[in-house]
Amino acid sequence: MVPARARVLDLGCGDGALLHHLIREKDCDGHGVEISAEGFHACIDRGVPVIQADIDEGLGDYETDSFDVVVLSQTLQATHRPAFVLEEMMRVAPAAIVSFPNFVHWSLRLALLARGRMPSSRLLPYAWHDTPNIHLCTIRDFESLAAAEGLRITATVPLNVRGGQASGLATRRPNLLAAGAVYRLERAV
Amino acid sequence: MTQAGEAGSVGPVETKRVVLFTEDDPLVLASGATLAPVEVAYETYGTLNADASNAVYICHALTGDAHAAGHHCDPAKPGWWDNLIGPGKPVDTDRFFVICSNLLGGCQGTTGPSSTDPATGRPYGLRFPIFTISDLVTVHRALIHHLGVQRVMAAIGGSVGGMQVMQWALDHPDDLHAGVMVCATGRLSAQNIAFSAVAREAILRDPDFNGGDYYESGRRPDAGLSLARMIAHITYLSEEAMRQKFGRRIQDADEPRRNFGVDFQVESYLQYQGESFLKRFDANSYLYLTRVMDYFDPFADPVAAAERLKHVTTRFLILSFDTDWRFDTAHSRELVRMLQASRVPVTFREIASPWGHDSFLLVVPEYHRTVEAFLDRMEQEAVNGARSAPTPGQGSAS
Repeated sequence: MVPARARVLDLGCGDGALLHHLIREKDCDGHGVEISAEGFHACIDRGVPVIQADIDEGLGDYETDSFDVVVLSQTLQATHRPAFVLEEMMRVAPAAIVSFPNFVHWSLRLALLARGRMPSSRLLPYAWHDTPNIHLCTIRDFESLAAAEGLRITATVPLNVRGGQASGLATRRPNLLAAGAVYRLERAV
Repeated sequence: MTQAGEAGSVGPVETKRVVLFTEDDPLVLASGATLAPVEVAYETYGTLNADASNAVYICHALTGDAHAAGHHCDPAKPGWWDNLIGPGKPVDTDRFFVICSNLLGGCQGTTGPSSTDPATGRPYGLRFPIFTISDLVTVHRALIHHLGVQRVMAAIGGSVGGMQVMQWALDHPDDLHAGVMVCATGRLSAQNIAFSAVAREAILRDPDFNGGDYYESGRRPDAGLSLARMIAHITYLSEEAMRQKFGRRIQDADEPRRNFGVDFQVESYLQYQGESFLKRFDANSYLYLTRVMDYFDPFADPVAAAERLKHVTTRFLILSFDTDWRFDTAHSRELVRMLQASRVPVTFREIASPWGHDSFLLVVPEYHRTVEAFLDRMEQEAVNGARSAPTPGQGSAS
């Protein structure tokens, strides 16, 4: 989804593993934004340029169209203002890649129904009272937000519970059968 | 990484001097004026490696000097950045060859307005030429070449020291593998210039200033220079730091004396800072070096600046402190924006510290942690030849 030599901004880049891969393997010009001190220093250790910042405060440090693609990997659900974050992403780059856990994967529905407790999974390992994930959504929810923001979906990859690409029925009924999804978005011209 | 064992001191050190520019080979300033001789006071710590790739250059701030680490004779009085520089410290003298020099125009061993003008045989005073941050860099470069270094692993500076790092990268894009700028700025604000202006006025209006020719009169503009220092010190501390350090406490008494003498602790502190400054600083140097800061504006023409930044390969670490109001985080963020817009790799962090602008001289653990991590990485790249290489033991997990 990220072309070679692209200028990439990774929001919530964690330890910089993705950027490190893109810089080394695809010759990308990679920059990260990370809120935690641990992730920030892990990026430094890898030689990945990184800014410690809270993406909920916007991307004011970045000029409009200063990147080719902005990545938000498994982080949207942890932001205070997901729609605002999405708008900021689509300002600094014409394309965005967003991945998130699907809160209505069948296993979570089943757990909720059977146990009557907030479900947890490999992608959602936290207890309800101690989770960074404050804005969980479903695949359908995300698609309707993208439409409301006037964004074009140019690629979709459903994810299985291990975080890999899902196959088979999950590609046809992702809202029920995919544990998460990756979307590539572009501004609708 | 810090090895097991105590981080220590580089121990006894001495300031060396070298004449880097002579009558035959003078310093050519950015203005076109020439200056000779130019002698530079400097110190070095650690050992230059075989391929001269482990040099770290320390650019000092307004009133610093060459004595950054170790001690001269009294271990209780270490150099001004001894908490950062030494064996096992973030600027690790077991691995790096560290150079620190007194600035051109200074008064602690390097040629400045208090030096003798060979044309007259008397101190330059205000006949010393006006110079720029670029000229400070020209002298730094002459020193590294004298020491057998062509490319510096990292240049590090706080405040006006950071400005030198920025200018160095712009003027000589192949010189610095990395640059560390702590609570620095790309340009002074009107408020910054205003404080400098008042400090200079204090000196210029001192009756003993005598147009800068006070060296032979036996009467120096001490009142003006100490007042300048007191004003500056207010801007170095945050309000929170002043509240913690002094509050409204009374100096050496329980009850206020209710007169116009030094009564509050904060007054005593400023008085002490002003007085002790006189022992080590020259009023003319203060005028010149504050003026150098005022005029620094490498990004004044954004198009020209972007053109120059295209050639910069330096990797930057920019740090600010949340309570610094002399050069607050907005100054650093502006630098980050300029560099990023030109695709210069930059890492940035605002660090929490109650101590204001002074924080860069103090032990703020998160600050030292970041400088150490960054220099470790720069060593891998510049000394050990890593090219955005894999972290040991980890694949390209993406």
